[in-house]
Amino acid sequence: MTRPLELDELDWRRVSPKYVIVDIVGLVVSGLVACVATAVPAFTTKLVWLWSAPVVVAIGFIVVLFLTPRRVRSIGYILRADDLLFRRGLLFQRFVAVPYGRMQLVDINRGPVARALGLSELKFVTAAASSGVTIPGLPAAEADELRDRLVALAESRRAGL
Amino acid sequence: MNLEPTQLTDGQWHRLHPATPLLRGAIALIVILGFVLGNLRDTVIQLIVGGPRAPEDPLDLIYSRGLTGIVLLVVSTGLIVFMIAFYFSWRMHTFRITDELVEVRSGILFRTNRKGRLDRIQGINIVRPFFARLFGSAKLEVNVAGQDANIQLAYLSSANADALRREILRLASGTHEAASTTPVVAGALIERRIAELLAPELDPAAATPASIVNLHLGRLLGSIILSGFTVFALVVAGTMIWVTSTTHQVFFLVTLAAPILGVGSYYLRKFAKSLRYTIAGTPDGIRVGFGLLSTSNETLPPGRIHSIEVSQPLLWRPAGWWEIKVNRAANSSTRGSAAQANTTILPVGNLADVKKVLELMLPGLVDDRSIALLERGLISQGGDDGFINSPRRAVIIRWFSWRRNGFAIEPDAVLLRSGAIWRRLVVVPHARMQSVAMHQGPLLRRLRLAAIVVHTVHGPIHARLGAVDRDAAIAFFTDLAHTAARSSGRDTSHRWRSVPRIAPEVTT
Repeated sequence: MTRPLELDELDWRRVSPKYVIVDIVGLVVSGLVACVATAVPAFTTKLVWLWSAPVVVAIGFIVVLFLTPRRVRSIGYILRADDLLFRRGLLFQRFVAVPYGRMQLVDINRGPVARALGLSELKFVTAAASSGVTIPGLPAAEADELRDRLVALAESRRAGL
Repeated sequence: MNLEPTQLTDGQWHRLHPATPLLRGAIALIVILGFVLGNLRDTVIQLIVGGPRAPEDPLDLIYSRGLTGIVLLVVSTGLIVFMIAFYFSWRMHTFRITDELVEVRSGILFRTNRKGRLDRIQGINIVRPFFARLFGSAKLEVNVAGQDANIQLAYLSSANADALRREILRLASGTHEAASTTPVVAGALIERRIAELLAPELDPAAATPASIVNLHLGRLLGSIILSGFTVFALVVAGTMIWVTSTTHQVFFLVTLAAPILGVGSYYLRKFAKSLRYTIAGTPDGIRVGFGLLSTSNETLPPGRIHSIEVSQPLLWRPAGWWEIKVNRAANSSTRGSAAQANTTILPVGNLADVKKVLELMLPGLVDDRSIALLERGLISQGGDDGFINSPRRAVIIRWFSWRRNGFAIEPDAVLLRSGAIWRRLVVVPHARMQSVAMHQGPLLRRLRLAAIVVHTVHGPIHARLGAVDRDAAIAFFTDLAHTAARSSGRDTSHRWRSVPRIAPEVTT
């Protein structure tokens, strides 16, 4: 009975599987930082029960780490006739539909790890800050092509604010 | 500036009102006066209440050392220097208005050049600080979309400001009909000033209809007193009195004196801001005016309101009062009455007032059925009333409001209704939504529910509805995504009076 959200569109374009690596590296780094930060009280006070904090954080990160491939597979987008449809998330699902005419600008960002793997992140910015459409893990050529396509689509459907 | 307002929009460079440097100087003087008075207030409080005298009070020091003359000299020299500086900045401050844009050049050392496109205008605000009003001048603020993106013309002569706004709006609207001639108030200077001071907030020259809402003094007072802030203040005061009565230390009561003054001035300020409130529809949008001594009066062209929230705090329920707020693309940073007018469209009003204001803001929702739907959106307890409400199982996370927690999609706008205790109705016009989203977390998934969000520009309103039936949420999302794309293409409100283009019907 507990079905997740699903739309009738079946032809989701998925992001590159290599993005799993980028995500894992990011998670490991932030997990280590979080563990060290939560371990500081235990380290300074020598109270044994305080060690539970970094342990809980570490377990949490490891669980998230194992779910990474599925989470990356859950990211998808479709260029429909008039709008861009975007989805992500397994446990916390999120679907967004943005009409092309609402585009204010498109960003392409590349972090160090992503660049090493030849991936880019495409950010679709509207006048609403909360739209938050960020498609990570696109192969660089595909991201550039998608950006040009989005700009062209937005230009042909230019709308006011 | 003795130019006809139509000449101001001829595309040439113009200067502001010649009294501008004087007015800015006067404002500096007011700041100094305010500082002196602020100090005096503290001294008076100390005289009445007692307590230790602050020895480092600068005014006391000046007086006791006989430096009054020197200080006055320094202050007046400073003022004169300021005025000279203001004079040069006035000389360098020019503006022009063409068919396409408003442009301002200013600055002596650091030159600034700001251009705003007319079809991006989000509102034109005329602010008249009390001092400026005495001199018959006003500040015109053209807000374009963006954070703190306004083009200020300070100061213009009062009559010119109104006419100039009309002209800019006419140019921006995309209409090509000739400008209407503006009658000039005849008479001597003094009479003209008095006439301007006493004139209604909405200038009659534009043949504007009278304000559609009458804000009674009593209701305004009541709405300000019946607020969460009052409850908080009463609780604090009660606690202090209780503490005093149990400890028998009068000292605690003395510490209350300053907060009481603060609370009093807060109420006064809020009251004075909302005095003489007016709202009316004009061909170029909604005009909202506020203020008794310093007034502000803003015209919002059609299609500049991105979402509307009608809400009712619990304390207002017995009186049946509502408040209307909006999200707008322009966020003016101007303080005081202007900032309030910016997002609060109706500070307090009964159901009839709310309906009138909503009709003004939502020209697409004027037939009887839509109005009835809006009204049910406000006061209905829920049930089968045109809204798609949460299912019974949502009671777990919406204890009281699950019956009326729902949405309705109209041809022109989407309505989100929530809250049984703090009632709330959010209306987002289809043509203004930026994107649509739906969310589901683990708890909502267990309950077969989902949350829906309509994204609009940043503002006090978040158009979000939680605990909607899963299938209803998916239907809402699918439906609205199509509607949003269609209506954003068809919308011509950026040039609201131009002949509407016939947009090709999009097949879905």
